[in-house]
Amino acid sequence: MAEAVVDNQVQKKKKDIAFFRTFRRLVKNKLAVFGLVIIVLLTIMAVFAPIIATYDPIEQDLTSAELGLGSEGHWLGTDNYGRDMWSRLVYGARVSLVVGITSVVIGLVGGVALGLLAGYYRKLDGIIMRIVDLLFAFPGILLAMLIIAMLGTSLVNVVIAISIWSIPGCARIVRGSVLSVKKQEYVLAMKSLGASNSRILLKHILPNCTAPIIVFATMRMATSILSTSALSFLGLGAQPPTAEWGAMIAAGQDFMWSAPHMTIVPGIAIMLVVFAFNVVGDGLRDALDPNMDLGK
Amino acid sequence: MVSLIIQRMLQLLLLLVGISFLVFMSMHIAPGDPASIIGGPTASESDLEAIREDLGLNEPVLVQYIDYMKGVFQGNLGFSYQNNQSVTEAIITRFPNTLNLAVASMIVAVIIGVAAGIISAIKQNSWFDVSSTTFALAGISIPNFWLGTMLILLFSVTLKWLPVGGLSAPFYTIEGMKQLILPAITLGTASAAMIARMARSTMLEVIRADYIRTAKAKGVKQKSVIWIHALRNAMIPVITVIGVNFGALLGGTIITEQVFAINGVGRLMIDAIAARDFPVVQGTVLLVAALFVIVNLIVDIIYALIDPRISYD
Repeated sequence: MAEAVVDNQVQKKKKDIAFFRTFRRLVKNKLAVFGLVIIVLLTIMAVFAPIIATYDPIEQDLTSAELGLGSEGHWLGTDNYGRDMWSRLVYGARVSLVVGITSVVIGLVGGVALGLLAGYYRKLDGIIMRIVDLLFAFPGILLAMLIIAMLGTSLVNVVIAISIWSIPGCARIVRGSVLSVKKQEYVLAMKSLGASNSRILLKHILPNCTAPIIVFATMRMATSILSTSALSFLGLGAQPPTAEWGAMIAAGQDFMWSAPHMTIVPGIAIMLVVFAFNVVGDGLRDALDPNMDLGK
Repeated sequence: MVSLIIQRMLQLLLLLVGISFLVFMSMHIAPGDPASIIGGPTASESDLEAIREDLGLNEPVLVQYIDYMKGVFQGNLGFSYQNNQSVTEAIITRFPNTLNLAVASMIVAVIIGVAAGIISAIKQNSWFDVSSTTFALAGISIPNFWLGTMLILLFSVTLKWLPVGGLSAPFYTIEGMKQLILPAITLGTASAAMIARMARSTMLEVIRADYIRTAKAKGVKQKSVIWIHALRNAMIPVITVIGVNFGALLGGTIITEQVFAINGVGRLMIDAIAARDFPVVQGTVLLVAALFVIVNLIVDIIYALIDPRISYD
């Protein structure tokens, strides 16, 4: 009993050391730190939106429509309905983050499950990977559109579409990792000790596949946020008057002459956030790579 | 090589059957009765029944799928629910615009991406390398619909140098080229960024290889080392990225066509999704997905041709 407790403590300490080592390597990368700052700011904006926003994001005030940047009381101006752009941007961050996280989590659950099964059980490999190949046969945005065409246009359906789109990529990555991990001696040792397949998969193989999964999830957040805004821009995602960045750009297109900030502001927001997740993903990939010496 | 091509063609055929079945079933289980969409709100139950009978909607789903595929092989993709126009005709009318846009974007992406990647690698850590790497990262992150809007704002609305949108003139005329510039840059930027990143990293790997050092030691000129010895090997993975990106560009045309009001297949698809015009959605999705897998097959074959180490046995 006492030995088990000590063993658990040793395991926990090892995990802590690995985490801090990865973090130390990550913060040496200046671009990744910049990305992390943006992600933290985005999260704060999303969580504290009701406090940070100065107005109701859907409240119209036609007397102050199309105010430019730096206007009194509306530092990011207003849109054609007089809605405060800053408040819409803040609430838009909430939509982007929620849709991004939800679709990535659902995609990961599906992708990890399929990848584990395909990599571990040879009999399932053929069937699962043919389904994955079939989903890969569609350019990503097209697959999302097909699903939306089937389910109808709404933000919830965008989440479903992007989740399904995330599954094949994740499944391929996890399968690849499982195929290499399952040949390791400690897995063979666990098998010879009589451990069940589910225990080997979940307790011993999955934890050793986390590095590529973390990198995939971070990069996928960028794709999810970009795709959500693209689908909303096309009128297939968030519907008016929801404050969503892509929909805000679409609405601003008709006012490019008189109120260009309606298009410029949400576009910069999307670009910054997507850039942030991309550079953090890049940084994580380097930090989690044991062959990479960042200390040089 | 011949057996590889035959093997990949057979796989492609199976994949195309899978794609068509998936697309057909997706439209089949989508909520909404096609007969009601065609008949409109005033149609009586007997009218609706007649429409169902006429379209074969009362048949089992597998029979409907087989009938649909028979039509596809004869070039008949069905008829639009909105205006009864032939889907094949609607696609044929719009496809040249989509293809012109995708090819022009690919040209932009390859020229900028390969050049930037190679120069970055040769002049590693120079100001050009740093700015090119940063632009490449930004290029991947810019939403192309926003980039397009910004380009219109700058070059069409403010400077009035290029037209706002449309693709009415043939691409080989001056007017046609002018119309293509902004959409091609919009669609090609992300691909250019990805190609540049890949070209840089593979070129860096290759110019550090032993055989390059040997060539230099034998006194071969720097230009010859780069252009004759390094470039060919560095381009192998780049070609894969180019191929994969061409498929992505086909998907990307959907958004770019919307931004620049280009009458292409993508725009046809968006309008059909909004109107729940399933035959048009089905036909357009099938076309783009089929092109995507065919392009990937071509890339695979080219890959095997230029790299003798590759074997698919």
